[in-house]
Amino acid sequence: MSGAAAQVDGQQGARGHDPYALGHGHGGHGDHEATGHGEGGPASKRIITGYGFWIFLLSDIVMFSGFFAAYAVLAGETAGGPGGRELFELPRVAIETALLLLSSFTCGLGSVATERRSVFWTQIWLLITGVLGVAFLVLEVQEFAQMVAEGAGPQRSAFLSAFFALVGCHGLHVGVGILWLGTMMAQLWVKGFRADILRRLLCFNLFWHALDIIWVAVFTIVYLLGSGV
Amino acid sequence: MSDHKRLEGDRNDSAPGDEGVNTHEPLSGVKGYAIGLALASLLTAAAFILPGTGLIWAPAIPAALVVLAIAQMGIHLVFFLHITTGSDNQNNIIALAFGVLIVALVVLGSVWIMNHLNHQLMTPADMMRMMR
Repeated sequence: MSGAAAQVDGQQGARGHDPYALGHGHGGHGDHEATGHGEGGPASKRIITGYGFWIFLLSDIVMFSGFFAAYAVLAGETAGGPGGRELFELPRVAIETALLLLSSFTCGLGSVATERRSVFWTQIWLLITGVLGVAFLVLEVQEFAQMVAEGAGPQRSAFLSAFFALVGCHGLHVGVGILWLGTMMAQLWVKGFRADILRRLLCFNLFWHALDIIWVAVFTIVYLLGSGV
Repeated sequence: MSDHKRLEGDRNDSAPGDEGVNTHEPLSGVKGYAIGLALASLLTAAAFILPGTGLIWAPAIPAALVVLAIAQMGIHLVFFLHITTGSDNQNNIIALAFGVLIVALVVLGSVWIMNHLNHQLMTPADMMRMMR
């Protein structure tokens, strides 16, 4: 009720009632001039989409915290099998970390290119991001294959189950992210910078940066602490 | 074009990860990402190299690594996700704070409870000794 009244008020020139624009500090969201104290009506679709996706990412991180908790609890339960000290190869982890950090950077450059509405550079940076992501995934799969071949698969001990669940879940996210990236490149190619494509690119960028944040926790807690340096 | 105009209108509210909203922000664009990359690389290199050098007192190494990781997450949030630099993104921050609370409860709570249970639990060897 009051919202509709405020809207009518706004259309009749709210400046008259509010000469110092106390309620208009924001200049309004959306299509209407704002009325009321800093409300300004519903935010734009871009803001709402970004916020919703941010909440999804946080819930994803909460899910990861469950895997981290399981790993932290089970890290010592090697059941006489190999532990982190024998299994982890830090040089490979360092390369994986560098690849993912660089891909996060190029993803950011892609968003800058998007901001400048350059399809060419956005595609280039997305492509580089994807290549770095694939390289990361190849290294991780190599590591897993090597461990399984040495008889240190997920069924060997509780520690290894937790390890494969946590790191594998992150790897799965990277794989899904790469598929999404390919889809975004195709959509950008066919549809250009439409408003909905811009929103999806925003969400993809958020997703990719969040993966890197989770990897920071993985390489610290699993690999660096696990190898007992 | 209308979308661009709408973005301009949202100057005081921002989506997480949004780049174009805060035009007055000093660390936007390529420069912000470059600084973020440099800081994150520095912290990563420190985390990988420092423990091997003996510069840190050995029992403090896990704490040092955790501090480096949290610092790097902060760098990512500020420079890559632009989560703290908007002029009115309280909603994003509050959601983040809630997420951090839940993560802390889940991880610290699990570790605390399970360690406690491990203390209470007798190993089979202990059990045999008690029964003798």
